[in-house]
Amino acid sequence: MPQVVGKQYKEILKKYLESHSEEDLYVGQQFSRRFIEKEIAPEDVISIHKTALLELHPELQDEVWDSLDFLIEMMIHYGFTLRERQSLIRKQEIIQMEMNVATKVQNTLLKTESPIVEGLDVGWISEPARQMNGDYVHFINREHESSVAVADVMGKGIPAALCMSMIKFGMDGLVGENSNPGKALSTINRIVEKSVDDSMFISMFYGKYNSENKMFSYASAGHEPAWHFSNETGTFLELDAKGLLLGVKVDSVYEERSVYMQEGDFIVMMTDGVTETRTEEGFIEMKEIQNLLLEVKEKSASQIAEHVYNNLTEAQNHRLSDDFTIVIFKKK
Amino acid sequence: MKRSSVEIITEWDIVAARQLGRNEAKKAGFGTVDQARITTAISELARNIYLYAGKGRIEIERVTDGGKDGIKVVASDEGPGIPDLRKVMEDGFSTSGGLGAGMPGVKRLMDEFKVISEPNNGTTITATKWLH
Repeated sequence: MPQVVGKQYKEILKKYLESHSEEDLYVGQQFSRRFIEKEIAPEDVISIHKTALLELHPELQDEVWDSLDFLIEMMIHYGFTLRERQSLIRKQEIIQMEMNVATKVQNTLLKTESPIVEGLDVGWISEPARQMNGDYVHFINREHESSVAVADVMGKGIPAALCMSMIKFGMDGLVGENSNPGKALSTINRIVEKSVDDSMFISMFYGKYNSENKMFSYASAGHEPAWHFSNETGTFLELDAKGLLLGVKVDSVYEERSVYMQEGDFIVMMTDGVTETRTEEGFIEMKEIQNLLLEVKEKSASQIAEHVYNNLTEAQNHRLSDDFTIVIFKKK
Repeated sequence: MKRSSVEIITEWDIVAARQLGRNEAKKAGFGTVDQARITTAISELARNIYLYAGKGRIEIERVTDGGKDGIKVVASDEGPGIPDLRKVMEDGFSTSGGLGAGMPGVKRLMDEFKVISEPNNGTTITATKWLH
């Protein structure tokens, strides 16, 4: 094959030496792609050049040939640096393939079904900044109750995602019990404390809506406060409850509080990927997010979540700087 | 088959090893580019001996195998040995400092490559290139 390439190269070089035209330089540029496609090393390119020139102009002085030999020596290191790079790219492709599989596994593992409870409309979005998600949303449904856990592992990517899988098992253990938010968080906290590395911090907001008394009760493990939108007053009330991050202390106690939900009210639960949205002008103001919510307060819970997501990603030029999760519980 | 060697003690010996390698490669019938590759491989091996083992030896031998002709380079030293061979053979390790062009580089320049290394018992690297 190199002989064929060498012959073609000689023809192109010959034409250029006669014409000095831009057109022939363009042909040369196109031809150089073939060198790369065929993974011909730089030192071989010079050797091809030398061979071609030797056939076209054997009358040239020895200095020319000697200097080309010198250039070949110079290019050997370039050659294997290039090959090393190609091999690293191939390795990278393998890692990327493994990542794709891991993402699929994560999506299957962390799959959760939106709750169906009378009088409650639920909408949510959870999008990773990179390929794997360090945020986590999990719903638990009972006859008259709908619970949700919104968690955020500090950090992004694979380590956060691996950690999340652990939380999932803690959550599964809760399904059988009739847990209130405060009790649920202490149970998960004990599991996390036992199994997760000390350097991993996890915050979680746990909320539960009861369709019989229309109360929303909640507890927080160092998580972003949620917001309660009151349709009557048209204002937002911050929902925060005392409690340490998960895994810090084995016997942490989590305060539990509750609010009554009227028709048209909704609860907004988020991770810091939402509240710490960074635009070119700096961090976004709470007020701006609340204005976005107000614009669509009459819409369905899913539409509200989408509206916030679409606007905040647009403000970041469609790149997320952190995993982004928003959950809306809306009283019908 | 004819075998010749250079002791590597000072940096100048690296040049002597290169010269020997190039002469042998030329005699064996390798083209300019392959001569340069074999010489660069020898240069890197000799330099590793000089830098990491203090002293050692480069042996160059013309070999034949079933009608194929080639050149075999043996670099040996009694230095500290290579603690983690897998790491040294990894791409990217060389560029992050350490072994110059690195073992993967030398491996690519040649056709066959073998390392035997024991901690505190030295390293022997054998690399062969065949005439195609």
